[in-house]
Parts: sequence; structure tokens; C-alpha cells
Amino acid sequence: MPHQLTVIKPEPETQRERDILHTTEEYGQGRADGFKALPEEPVIYTRGLNLFYGDFQALRDVSIDIGRNSVMAFIGPSGCGKSTFLKTLNRMNDLVDNVRIQGEVCFDGKNVYGDFDVAELRKRIGMVFQSPNPFPMSVFDNVAYGPRVHGLRDKGGLGQIVEESLRAAVLWDEVKDRLNGSALGLSGGQQQRLCIARVLAVQPEVLLMDEPTSALDPVSTAKIEELVSILKKDYTIVIVTHNMQQAGRISDNTAFFLHGEVVETGATEDIFYGPKDKRTEDYISGRFG
Amino acid sequence: MSPMKRYPDGLGNRKRVRRAQAAAKTLIWAAALFTLGILVVIVGYILIMGVPHISPEFLTSAPRGLGDEGGIFPMIVNTVYLVALSLVISVPLSVLAAIYLTEYAKKGRMVRVVNYAIENLAGIPSIIFGLFGFTFFGRLFGFGWSLLSGSLTAAIVVMPTLVRTAQDAIASVPAFYREGSLALGATRLQTIRRVVIPAAVPGILSGIILSMGRIVGETAALFLTLGSGTRAATGLMDSTRSLALHLYTLIHEGISVPKAFATATVLIVLIILLNSLAHGLAGRLNRTKETKQGGRRCRTS
Repeated sequence: MPHQLTVIKPEPETQRERDILHTTEEYGQGRADGFKALPEEPVIYTRGLNLFYGDFQALRDVSIDIGRNSVMAFIGPSGCGKSTFLKTLNRMNDLVDNVRIQGEVCFDGKNVYGDFDVAELRKRIGMVFQSPNPFPMSVFDNVAYGPRVHGLRDKGGLGQIVEESLRAAVLWDEVKDRLNGSALGLSGGQQQRLCIARVLAVQPEVLLMDEPTSALDPVSTAKIEELVSILKKDYTIVIVTHNMQQAGRISDNTAFFLHGEVVETGATEDIFYGPKDKRTEDYISGRFG
Repeated sequence: MSPMKRYPDGLGNRKRVRRAQAAAKTLIWAAALFTLGILVVIVGYILIMGVPHISPEFLTSAPRGLGDEGGIFPMIVNTVYLVALSLVISVPLSVLAAIYLTEYAKKGRMVRVVNYAIENLAGIPSIIFGLFGFTFFGRLFGFGWSLLSGSLTAAIVVMPTLVRTAQDAIASVPAFYREGSLALGATRLQTIRRVVIPAAVPGILSGIILSMGRIVGETAALFLTLGSGTRAATGLMDSTRSLALHLYTLIHEGISVPKAFATATVLIVLIILLNSLAHGLAGRLNRTKETKQGGRRCRTS
């Protein structure tokens, strides 16, 4: 399905415009690494992103577009840089010492590493971690935490946000009678859905999920996956996963990372059923990883 | 490759190894028993000598004469004042310092120097703090022998312990709590105030209780600063006497050995109570830490 651009400027001004031109017929084959820009405006895009931990280069020239209200999966073997990349999007890598980042990371048309207040950025790009990390407080206080730090004091408003967020995370029916009980008393799967509710409560536009089911049993995993497919109607979701089937089940687009590079990116069916790169094919068919 | 040669006598003399084992075990047991023995003998001796002289009247009345008659009620009150005032001064300072050292300061030379200074401060004999308090608070600031001078000095005595325990408590709060909070768009200060400090409270509390014990038992730093008044203090500038100081005076000036033992009994009971409270809190802290690290978490608090 070739994408048709309505307007093509004769002189592309930004890297992104040049990338879009690459994907049109006019420019033929596109980039050597197979990168294709999405024709519609992506929520987040990176161009030529390099990241160093001290002398070690963890990301090499990563260019990716993430479309609105879609699920993008990052797959690849351990240590390939997919989690590192995820954390550059909401600047959680700032917490690591000796990190150096070059290149462009844009969210909502603005540079993540320049035009944003970090707190504002993280409010709009929420994150769910690998193992559930509810605070040692009540269920209610966990969900109300975000709205409170962003200044909401009104009791009724807080109660409403907490209920809506727990409902959106499909947890309300299980915890409505124990809102004042400790969040640490919930099961692992419930804790992870609580963490999702906690993120939803600050009303983000994007959800970053860093292997959100790797610490969970199959039943809890299925619940989280179901939740992701519900949430994608309203949120842009980026999920890092080790589980190939999971990426196949829940994502619209997939990017395959290897040694800090993006080997291939595209629609999930294309990546899984017609990978262009030999390395992608090898990884997907389970020959390494 | 040839197979390994078998030694006809085995690898060594098993009997000798077993004998050495048994000897070491006996030695270690004896050392442990001896330590426990010393504690039991001291506490037992004090209790045997002191308990017969303790009566409701002793606990609730003021000393008469030099202290050879009457009770120790004002000293109990003064001890409470001293502990409260010292903690009011030292706890906020110490906790703030610990927050700075663990959360804000760049890990480097500066932090190492400060930590080194704190460690050394903890090892300084308390008579030196007394001398300092006497000249600095007593003379230079003109507070004289008073509750204020004594409390300020005691605050300095316990600050190294407080800073160190608060540092440990804050540092042992798992990183994923901080990440969870920051990822929601909370600022560093909000994260510290709403997540890190509440999670560190049990550890900070056990440091505070240890410090209470230290203040209750402190003598050398106080007899140059707190004074020797035998009445309950009515103001910050009153010269007063804590339980430990009263005990020191009773013996030092040969006033009354029975009263001294009775006072010592009250002191020991107080300190054992405080220590077991601290122990209980530290145990609770460790339990919650374990459950946090484990895959499945248990209900806490």
C-alpha cells in the first residue's frame, strides 16, 4: 500500500521531511538501512540518535517514528539497547551517571532534550516498569500520587480520578473494597495494573512499557495484553518485550534492535512474515537471542 | 592424561582436623558466654543493690538535703527535658544533612570528606564535647550551666549517629520507588518528601531511639554544661541535673551509695527499654526490606 503525500515541498528543510521524501516513489529505494518515515505526523520521532554510557555506545544512529494511537513493539536480544532507547523518550536516562546523548528526540514537534521541562515531559509520557513498583502506601494513595504531585488537592476530584483510572486499568472491581489497604498486599498482576492505573491518573498521551509482563504469570500477562489493546484507542503505546508472541499479538508496528542499532522497522505483519533483513529473520525464527 | 593418584592415607589427618574444630568451637562459645556473663553480672548486681531502695516515693519526690534523702523525680523530669530539647535540635539538622549527602551531593571527594568527618566526630571522647560546650555555649554565648547549654552539647554528641543511621535508612530505600515517582513527573524534592522519607522512617526512628539512650546515659559531656541544680527546670537557663549526672554526683561526692544504686537501676531499666524499642524497629525495617526485594511482597504497615 504506497502512501500518497498531498504536498511535497521542493526543498525539504528538516531531516524528517527528507525522510518522508525517501519513502515516496520519487526517491525510489529509500535509505540503506530500510528506515521509512511514517507519512502522517508521528507523536514521537528520533533522528540519528546516539547514546553513550561513558565510552560504551549503547545506541547507534537510531531513527524511529512512533504513530499516534498505535502500539509499537521493540524486540531484540538482551543488551541490544531497546530499554535504553525507551528511557531516552521520557528522559529516565538522565538518572544514570555518565550518559551522553546526541541526535534528535522529538515529542509533539518539540525537542525532548531542550524544549521540555522534565516533569512536564514525564507527565505526558508515562512509564510502566519491568517489575511492578507500587509505592508502600494504600491503593488509593498510589493512584492519587501523580495528580497530587501535579497540584490536585480537591478530595472529590481525586476520588473521581482514582476510580476512573482503576476502571481504565481494569482493576476497579478487584480493589474497590480495599482502596485503603496497602498496595503491597495485591498480587503481582494486580500490582502491575495498579502501576498502569497510577500512570493513567496523570493523563498521559504516551505509555512506555518496559517488559511489563516479564515478572508476571501467564494469566496476569494475558490481562495486561488485553488491557493494552483497550488502551491503544486513547493512548500511544510503546512496549519493550522479550516475548515474540506478545509482540505479534499486541503491536501494530515493530522495530528490531540489535547491538544498539535498529535493523528493521515496519508493520508487525511485515516484520514477522516478510522480514527484509537476514538478521531479523534469524531472530524471529528463533535462531539466536 | 593419567588418572589421579590415590593417596593411601586419604587427604590428611581427619582426627587432627576434628580436634581443631572442637577446640575452636569451645573457644568461641566461651567468649560468647563470657560477654553475656559480664552483662548479666553488671545488670544483676545493680538491680540487687538498687531495687530494695526503689519505692513509689523515691520515683515521685524531690531529693532532700544533698540527695541522701528523698527521691529523684526532678532528675527524671530534667532528663526528659534534656532528651526532648536535644532531639528537637539535632534530628531536623541530621535528617536534612543525611538527605543532602545521599540524594543531592555529587558522589565524590566532598561527600567522602564529610563522611570521614562524621565518622571521626562519632569517635571523639564525650568529655571533649563537654569542654567545647562549656567554652562555646557556656562562656562565649553566655548560656552558662543550663538546660540550653547541655541540650546543645548533647545534640552535637548524638549528631554523628543520627546522620549515619538516617543516611543508611535513606540509601536503603529501593531505587524503583524513586524511579516510579520521577516517571510520573514528580520533582526530586516531591519524590524525597513523599516517597523516600516515609519509606526511611523506621530506620530514622531507630537512630533516634539509640540517640535517646545515649543522651540519657551521657555524663562527661554534660557535667561541664548542664549544671547541678536539683530542682526540675522551669526555663532554658536553669542549671539542672539529669539522672546520669545525679548518679555521678551521689557517688563522686560520697553522698549516698544506696540512692546511687537506686538511680542506676532506673537508668538501666530506661536504657534497656529504649534499646529494645530500637531493636524492634530495626527488625521491622529489615523485614520490610526483605519483602521488597523478594518477588512476592507481603503486606506491611
